[in-house]
Amino acid sequence: MPQREQLIFEYSRAGRGASDQWPHEADPAALADLPAALRRAAPPQLPEVGELEAVRHFTRLSQLNFSIDTHFYPLGSCTMKYNPKACNQYAMLPEFLARHPLAPESSGQGLLACLYELQEMLKAVSGMEGVALSPMAGAHGEFAGVAMIRAYHRARGDLKRNEIIVPEAAHGTNPATATMCGCVVREIPIEPEGDVDVAALEAAVGPNTAGIMLTNPSTLGLFERRIEEVARIVHEAGGLLYYDGANLNAILGKVRPGDMGFDVIHMNLHKTFSTPHGGGGPGAGAVGVGARLVPFLPVPLVGREGERYRWLTEADLPQSIGRLSAFMGNTGVLLRAYIYMRLLGREGMQSVGEYATLNANYLMARLRAAGFDVPYPRRRAGHEFIVTLKRQARELNVTAMDFAKRLLDYGFHAPTTYFPLLVPECLLIEPTETESKDVLDAFVSAMSQIQKEAEQEPARVTTAPHTMPVRRLDDVRAARQLDLTWKPTPP
Amino acid sequence: MSKVPADLKYTKSHEWVRALADGTVEVGITDHAQHALGDLVFVEVPEAGRAVKAGEPCAVVESVKAASDVYAPLAGEVTGGNGRLGGEPQVVNSDPYGEGWLMRLKPVAGALSGAALLTAAEYQRVLEAEGG
Repeated sequence: MPQREQLIFEYSRAGRGASDQWPHEADPAALADLPAALRRAAPPQLPEVGELEAVRHFTRLSQLNFSIDTHFYPLGSCTMKYNPKACNQYAMLPEFLARHPLAPESSGQGLLACLYELQEMLKAVSGMEGVALSPMAGAHGEFAGVAMIRAYHRARGDLKRNEIIVPEAAHGTNPATATMCGCVVREIPIEPEGDVDVAALEAAVGPNTAGIMLTNPSTLGLFERRIEEVARIVHEAGGLLYYDGANLNAILGKVRPGDMGFDVIHMNLHKTFSTPHGGGGPGAGAVGVGARLVPFLPVPLVGREGERYRWLTEADLPQSIGRLSAFMGNTGVLLRAYIYMRLLGREGMQSVGEYATLNANYLMARLRAAGFDVPYPRRRAGHEFIVTLKRQARELNVTAMDFAKRLLDYGFHAPTTYFPLLVPECLLIEPTETESKDVLDAFVSAMSQIQKEAEQEPARVTTAPHTMPVRRLDDVRAARQLDLTWKPTPP
Repeated sequence: MSKVPADLKYTKSHEWVRALADGTVEVGITDHAQHALGDLVFVEVPEAGRAVKAGEPCAVVESVKAASDVYAPLAGEVTGGNGRLGGEPQVVNSDPYGEGWLMRLKPVAGALSGAALLTAAEYQRVLEAEGG
């Protein structure tokens, strides 16, 4: 059982440190330039520990992590696939790492070539006409996408289009994005089998419709079967279609959003293209657009003239929505995605969606056979699926949260819990294509074992986890009484 | 089983409405709603003087599981929000139909009689249809 690791402040002893790493004494003359009001009266409260103590502390902390490199991580909606080490290795080449973002184009042709090819490959897999790499996260890409939709309508003098339609089963960030871009959200319901309610969509569109934001497959893990009809209705009303790339892994290499009628898409490179994520990033939310939106792409882009590559800026795209990052987004992340795509190649790319959906459907079928309920039993899963523990909650008083906590004891990161909100007591399970059948079988065994425990000794489940360094935390109290600052206990 | 007091009106989106003697109404979320959300950690209520349309989002309730809009059950002017909930959101969980009220509204003329509000029996059927 891993031990709880103390805070580094708790190891602190006055006067301890790594003297060879201390900073040089500041030049008193330099200090004299600092206005008195900006100088510290007292030194900051920093932990005082030796180098070995610091190394041990952070190494032990890292060992408490659940991570892709250590555990199955079926966190639905997040696509926690394996990040090949080669991607990291090549992106860490000193020529990439040490390049200054303001260095001249002539000294960065290699980097520019990689980014140009990444743009081209993303265009090819998404079926779009233009790609910009600078958005630094999924939500950032969504913002760019809806900002382009608005800029498009504005450029045509169609100023009243400010409504974004969002189906209930869309990704959770979509309404927030629309609101951030100054639009009004109109939510439409879904039908009992999980598809968009087309009649409600027809009633919702009109002269104020700026566009619709969709995830396909939806957050329920279900492919939107009437997508071409949805596209026709929205386009005929004068709106544009936004594809949230959250679930792109399900269809990668099989169907292209551009072919389904989408005008703009963001792609989470940290999901579908396997750059590391979790723990807050850094991510990359590249955007792709159809021909109508190309003039509005955020800058910089990379352009090619003959054998030379150069940055395309506001001078090249005067209608651009502007810059979303100081330089070229999270370049290190973009490089990892580029290398991943090069390693896969065209054929490998085509099998991503196949294996991702095969793994999800295999896992769903085995869990159903083990007695678990799914809310859409007649539908095939995309790359992820939902199990609902509503029956267990009602009959055994053991909830989805209890199952999730107990899974930690069995060595699995829990699936996403209580999302989407449409399905009560749900677990959203996304195995990704990089897991073996053995791992999926072990997960089914753990779930069946927990079900047995829930029936025979429910307290074992409702008080889990039992093997973690901390027990179940009081997340309600933590949210109500925010206390994020360490203070020494008075002696 | 969720409590559904017989003397209140309801909406399909799980708000309740109580007609007060002075012609204003009190609005909150139902026992079913607070139970489904779980322990609340944040509540935002509207300020007095704000005009709201029926169905317009006008308050926010947030638990560790989810954040949810609360919709105005009828058109009117907000006469006050329940300030106590800023520091004690848990009151909505412990007393959803009493101390946990969210806001008071002065309905526009005819709004109370004209609004498509549900009786307790009708709301009970909504809950049963949802499997709650």
